Amino acid sequence: MSRLAPIVRREFTAYFNTPLAAVFLVMFLFLTGIFTFNVGQLYERGQADLRPFFDFNPWLFLFLVPAISMRLWAEERRIGTIELVTTLPISIRDLVVGKWLAAWAFACVALALTVPIWLTVEYLGEPDRGAILAGYVGSALMAGAFLAIGSALSAVTKNQVVAFVLCAVVCFLLLMAGYPVVLDFLGGWASPGVAEAVASVSLLTHFEPMERGVIDLRDVLFFAAVVAAFLWLNILLIEWKKAD
Amino acid sequence: MEAAIAAQGLRKRFGSFDAVQGIDLVVKHGEVLGFLGPNGAGKSTTMRMITGFLAPTAGSVRICGTDMLADPLKAKEHMGYLPEGAPCYPDMTVAEFLGFIGAVRGFSGAERARRVDAAVERTNLQGVYHQPIETLSKGFKRRVGLAQAILHDPPVLIMDEPTDGLDPNQKHQVRELIRTMAKDKAIVLSTHILEEVEAVCTRAVIINRGTIVFDGTPQALDAKAPASVIRNRLDHVFRTLTTADTESRR
Repeated sequence: MSRLAPIVRREFTAYFNTPLAAVFLVMFLFLTGIFTFNVGQLYERGQADLRPFFDFNPWLFLFLVPAISMRLWAEERRIGTIELVTTLPISIRDLVVGKWLAAWAFACVALALTVPIWLTVEYLGEPDRGAILAGYVGSALMAGAFLAIGSALSAVTKNQVVAFVLCAVVCFLLLMAGYPVVLDFLGGWASPGVAEAVASVSLLTHFEPMERGVIDLRDVLFFAAVVAAFLWLNILLIEWKKAD
Repeated sequence: MEAAIAAQGLRKRFGSFDAVQGIDLVVKHGEVLGFLGPNGAGKSTTMRMITGFLAPTAGSVRICGTDMLADPLKAKEHMGYLPEGAPCYPDMTVAEFLGFIGAVRGFSGAERARRVDAAVERTNLQGVYHQPIETLSKGFKRRVGLAQAILHDPPVLIMDEPTDGLDPNQKHQVRELIRTMAKDKAIVLSTHILEEVEAVCTRAVIINRGTIVFDGTPQALDAKAPASVIRNRLDHVFRTLTTADTESRR
């Protein structure tokens, strides 16, 4: 485990060595503000909660999280450092997990910077703090799942743009699977079992209870399973296709 | 004493192309082996199998007695590797990069600082220590790659074209460095420059089309040229060994 720390540290600081981190954080906070206050009408609703904020979070992540994950492996391939790190005495599992942890930590920093929105509703009323905390946990888990997907897909290419698009598409499909439009459409002709199965793989289905303030262990385990599955895929992709 | 590098029956097949077709190579401590061959002969592929980057299609590699396939992490501890083109993270400074390599290699605190300092001194990087790697010249980047490879003072050092693209002064520096390290290490370096073999190597191995066509001292290589050839004798032997074969197959 001691070999994991230098990987996490390097990857985390790498975000801040380029303008990427600043651009990302500003974009995220700016869009969060617009979606929460203008589109979500936080003030006009007259309720002291963060539902408008969490409602839009997955959709914001859809475009911003692939920007965090796209460089993880594609960049190593492009500049050839993949040959350097994979011949160091560190396992591919540690490399994959370390990179993901660093990206996740960065996403959590972005989430933590939205606390002023929480403070706003604290000032205006008496929000249910437990529900807000649950919402944050859900958002962090959602970001973690997206990042694991993005990291695995970043391992298949040396082009960051390709990595971005692949991640956005896969995450979009996984989100849409739980959207009423899709489920109603399926409900029209498919058996209820099919619609239920599709809904159960959707990240949104497992995010919504937390957004409402309910942390169900099964939902947490679902996100953990998505992360584990994609990181495992990531390890396999690197082991098989290191030199391509 | 166990051989530093023992490769047996190494083969690598990419699709229907046999890049390396059965290479046996034993390198002892104190040897500097120059690995020669035309482009595409399988030099880099062989080195990548020895360093554990590529899994061989068949055969085995042992580094200081540790099997690369059975216990890759332990085998890699014994080894420093400079990949082709000396890839480094461009956004890091030399200090950050070497610190990172030291940390991954399991050094911390004063021990890590001592090792980084020693590697920086050996490769003359003091002047650019706090500069981002992307701002460095090719020669400096190559030396950063070398510093990274010798940081843990490994008994086995493998370098893929360490002097490629350097100016004559920089080449000289790298060769000097190799010579000072040669006494107790097993060093394998690939190169296109035949004088380099005479200058630093105790042994030359030429491969062509994935098989070894010559293995001996640089003097023995020189002796293979007919007496009538006076200039560029090694080039002459190299051409004979690596083109005659091509023509006989056609």
